[in-house]
This record gives sequence, structure tokens and C-alpha cells, in this order.
Amino acid sequence: MPGGLTRDAVTIALVTGVLIWVLPLIVGTYTLTVLAIYGMLGLSLGLIWGFGGILCFGQAAFFGLGAYAYAIFAINIGESTVPMILAVLVPAVFAALLGAMMFYGRLGDVYLGVITLVVTLILYKVVNSTAGPQYVIGNARLGGFNGIPGFPTLNVPGTPDAYIWGDRYFHVCAVLLGLVYMLVTALLRSSFGRIAVGIRENETRMSLMGYDVRARKTAMFAIGAGIAGLAGGLFANWAEIVTPSLFSLGQSAEIIIWCIVGGLGTRLGPVLGAAGLAYLKFLLGQQAVIDNALVTGLVLVLFVLFLPKGVVPALSDLWSAGIGRIRPGRIGRRRQPRRRGWPNG
Amino acid sequence: MDLYVVVLVEVLYGVASLILISAGLSIVFGMIKVINLAHGEFMMIGGYATITAVNLGMNVFVAMLVIAPAVVGLVGLVVERLVIRHLYGRLVDTMLATWGLSLFFIGLATMIFGNTTTGISTPIPGFAIGDYQVNGYNFFIIVVAALLLVAMLSVLKGTRAGLVARGTMQGPDMAAALGYSPDRIYMATFFCGSALSGLAGAILAPLVGLVPTSGGAYIAKAFITVIAGGPSLVAGLLSSASLFGVVHQAFTFATSPVIGEVALLVAAVVLLRILPQGVTGTFFKGKT
Repeated sequence: MPGGLTRDAVTIALVTGVLIWVLPLIVGTYTLTVLAIYGMLGLSLGLIWGFGGILCFGQAAFFGLGAYAYAIFAINIGESTVPMILAVLVPAVFAALLGAMMFYGRLGDVYLGVITLVVTLILYKVVNSTAGPQYVIGNARLGGFNGIPGFPTLNVPGTPDAYIWGDRYFHVCAVLLGLVYMLVTALLRSSFGRIAVGIRENETRMSLMGYDVRARKTAMFAIGAGIAGLAGGLFANWAEIVTPSLFSLGQSAEIIIWCIVGGLGTRLGPVLGAAGLAYLKFLLGQQAVIDNALVTGLVLVLFVLFLPKGVVPALSDLWSAGIGRIRPGRIGRRRQPRRRGWPNG
Repeated sequence: MDLYVVVLVEVLYGVASLILISAGLSIVFGMIKVINLAHGEFMMIGGYATITAVNLGMNVFVAMLVIAPAVVGLVGLVVERLVIRHLYGRLVDTMLATWGLSLFFIGLATMIFGNTTTGISTPIPGFAIGDYQVNGYNFFIIVVAALLLVAMLSVLKGTRAGLVARGTMQGPDMAAALGYSPDRIYMATFFCGSALSGLAGAILAPLVGLVPTSGGAYIAKAFITVIAGGPSLVAGLLSSASLFGVVHQAFTFATSPVIGEVALLVAAVVLLRILPQGVTGTFFKGKT
């Protein structure tokens, strides 16, 4: 359906353009930049979890890897174009290896969760312990708990002295988010995306139809990790420091919460969930009465209990019910949770 | 010679602390198939309950062995009635909801106790084996873990309540048909699991400086020990805790504590890849 894709692309471009123009009138661009980056991070998990059916408890690992890859290569190379590309490639390759190990072992949901969680924890512990001067990659000291400060930030490709910062950096991030969104849309419209949704719905059937489920899940996992890595590289530029807390379980939890609140099985949901909740956190950070974690936790519990499909699908259901017409079933919709137990019980 | 004794004690201590950390989670997961990601925070609450009780002038052993399990058991009961009850059978949703609960408890503890380290001193003095000084409290932990395993096994195998619980675990419909309410049994099981988490948190509290985020240090270890153990409660707990405890302590002695922790986690990933059914699911099918 090339016609539909073109229409989607035009819509996304228009919406992105309008938002880039309107939003800075309401919120500062410094905050907006990080909201756009988080939106991209949310989208990365929304893709592999909502459409690929892969529950990854360690999306923060790829985010952190992207940020560290950018910082380390930027110090060694001295400009930003190659490090930015590597910030996408390093997590993607890592995820491809990890994914191949998990999916070719045919591990179930719970084991996937455990392994991704444990791998995140391993990275966190390893990076945290690299405090001494003996831990260097090229010219970059890993710095342990303190992280890596002082690397060159984003510049115009080809001219290392022309740094991109402030409002211009927000425009770069927002446009990249729009591009990634378009990429995800195109991916889901392609046969690869449709087969991925089919695998989510019924893995056995898809493999009996002759699709290599393991290879496809691995590829999906790697794509998601690449997007998370891009977000990580952009985040490193925004924060101008990378620390091990990027790998922490709290960060992973937040990404999952964004997806749940926004709505799984939609592209818009995770982006909106990420931006909305990150902004809420930003507002909560300005007062000291209520702790941040308390609110985030409560939000997650309430959503799992009362609105498990998330805000965006609920609103679109309400919208179509209000107009009073039945829309054709969309492929993106998340199925109802199945009962699960031990694999052999 | 003395060195070997010290190493043996350390390895036993490593295994025992893994058993303590995982016991509560393994009961909840093994019996009612709920993965409680707030397990670490239950332990953290147990630790704070102990410290608060001791600061109020209570005997430290009473605080650890009675107060903390009771407090955390009650917290677990409330959580089960309000949240978990609605999510039975939905494994992924319970993981998400309990992860939310864990953040909630971290936030609550930060608001009540502040983001500072608190602690109490170990109630048992150390003593010397030859040239080496040994922490006497380690023996206490080993003894408690051993007693705990024996108690779990005898309750499950030897009492009517254990029989009913195991029956409900195998076939809730059949148990209901015979007049036992699965709802009540799940509730009681969750209470017991939470109380054990509280006990573990209380007993380990004197060894660590307690902060509201302490739970995070336990949850991954407990999680992998239980999952790697597989479907048999006691045998699984014992086998995977022994394996990981030995790996952890061996690497800690050979290199550094950080490498020890990492080796434990890597061992878990490798083990799950090779034996996705867990140790007992592969080697001791059908035993408890």
C-alpha cells in the first residue's frame, strides 16, 4: 500500500512541523529536547513489545550502551558524526547477539524478562566498578560511578567546530523523532511488520507457515535496540555527561511504565506516555512533599488494574464509539492477556 | 587448614543468605505463580521494621523473628487483597503491577525515613578460627536458613495445611470442589511468603546499611535463584542457591566482590539458556 504510506508520511511530517513550532511557546526547549528523546526511547520499546510481543525488562541497557558508545567514541574521534552512527550500531549488534542467544534457545516470556533484567544489572555493576585510571578505552576514562563528562557534543557533519545546541538541538531531536516515527510506520506496513504482529499473536502458527520466527524476533529486537541507542546518543549530547544510572533498573521500569500508560500496540501511545510522564516527573521534581517514585509506582499499579490497554487505545475506542460507527479491526491492537503457567504445567 | 574452614564457612554463608533472600519469593512463585517484583521492598520494609523496633527498646531477636515477619505479612495481606487478587493467572501483569508497588514502597520509605543510611550492629560477636577472625552472625544466618528449609519441607509434606496448599497448587478447581476456597488459600500463601520476605530482610538488616532502595540489591538474586530452581520448591531452592552461592563466593575469593556478583549473574544467564525448565524441572521431575 504505497499510497497509504505516503499519506502517513505527509501527516507525520505536518504534525511534527506544527509541534516544533507550537510547543516551544508553552514549554522551554531544553525540557522539550529531553521529552523528545524519551519519546523516541518509549517508541523503541513500544515497537518490540507492543508489536513484536517481546517483553524486554532491560531497554535501559541499550539506551545506556548508546550513550556510552557516543561518549567514548566522541572523545577518541573528536567529532560527532561517526560516534552517533556507532551509538545506533553498538546497541543493535549487542541486542542481536543477546536476542539470538535467547530466541534460538526458545525461551519463554518470563525467562526473557529475567535475562534482560539480569543483563542490565551486569552492565550496571560492571560500569559502576570501572572507577580506577586503568579502565580506559582509547583516551576515554570510564570513570565508574562518576561517569564520563566533557566529551564533544553534536556538530554539523563535516565541520567539527560548528556545534549544534540550544533551540537548534531541539529541532534536530524533534526531526529525528519524526523520522524514527516514520521509519516505524513504514516497518509496520511492510511484510516484516505484519509478520511480526502475526508472531506476537500466534508464534506456533507463524512458524508452521514457514516463517523463521527466531530470526525475525532477533531482527526486531535489534531494531528496537538501535532506536534506543540513538535516543541514548542524543541523551548524552543533551546531558553532556553519561553515568551508570542510565543502566539502572529504575530507568528500565520507567520505559515500561511509559508504554503501559500510553498504550501498547500503538505507535503514538509510547511517545505520548513517555513525554507526558517525563513532564509530570519534571513538575513533581520541583516540589518536595511527595516522592517521585511513589507517584510513578502508583500510576503503574492503577493502570495495570484499571486501564491495562493504556490511554491512547482507550481514547480512540471512546472516539469511535462516540461517532457511532464501527471501524474495521486494526492489526495493531493488543490481544487480551492469556493465562500462563509453567511451560510444562 | 584454618583458611579452608574459613572459606567453607563463607561459602555456606553465601548459600544460606541466597536461601533466605529467595524463600519468600519461591513460595509465592512456586505455589501461586505470581512473580512478586516488590519482594526486595518487602525485605526492605522488614529491615526498617526491625530497626524501628530496636530503636524503641525492643530485644533485637524478638524484633527480627517476630515483629518484622508480622509487619511485612500484614503489608503483603493488604497488597494481595487490593492488587494481586485481581491479577491471578496473568503472569506478566502481576510482574508489572508488583514492579509498580516496589517503586511505590521505595517512595513511601523515602518520605518516612529519608534518603539516608540507617543500621543496627550485629547482635552476635565475632570470634577467631586460628589466625582468622570470623563473623559470628554468619553462623546464625546459616542456622536460620537450615531451619527454614526443614520447616518449609515439614509443613508442605507433613501437615494438612501443606497438603491442601499443594493440592490447590495442582488443581484449584478440584480443591474448590472438595470444599477449600482457593481464594483463601492463595491469600494465606501470599501472607506466608511476605512474612518470610520480612524475616529475611530483618535478619540481613544488621549486615547492610539500610536505604529505601536496598530492595533492588536483593530482587535480581532472588529472582534468578527461584527461576533457576524450577518448579520444586525446596529442592529447587536448595540446588540453585548452592550453585549460585558457590560460584559467587569462589569468584569473590579469586578476584573481587564485584566480579563475584557479576559471575553469579552470568552463571544465571548461562544456566537459564541451557536449562530453561530450571534445575529441578530437568533433573528431579515431580518432587517437592
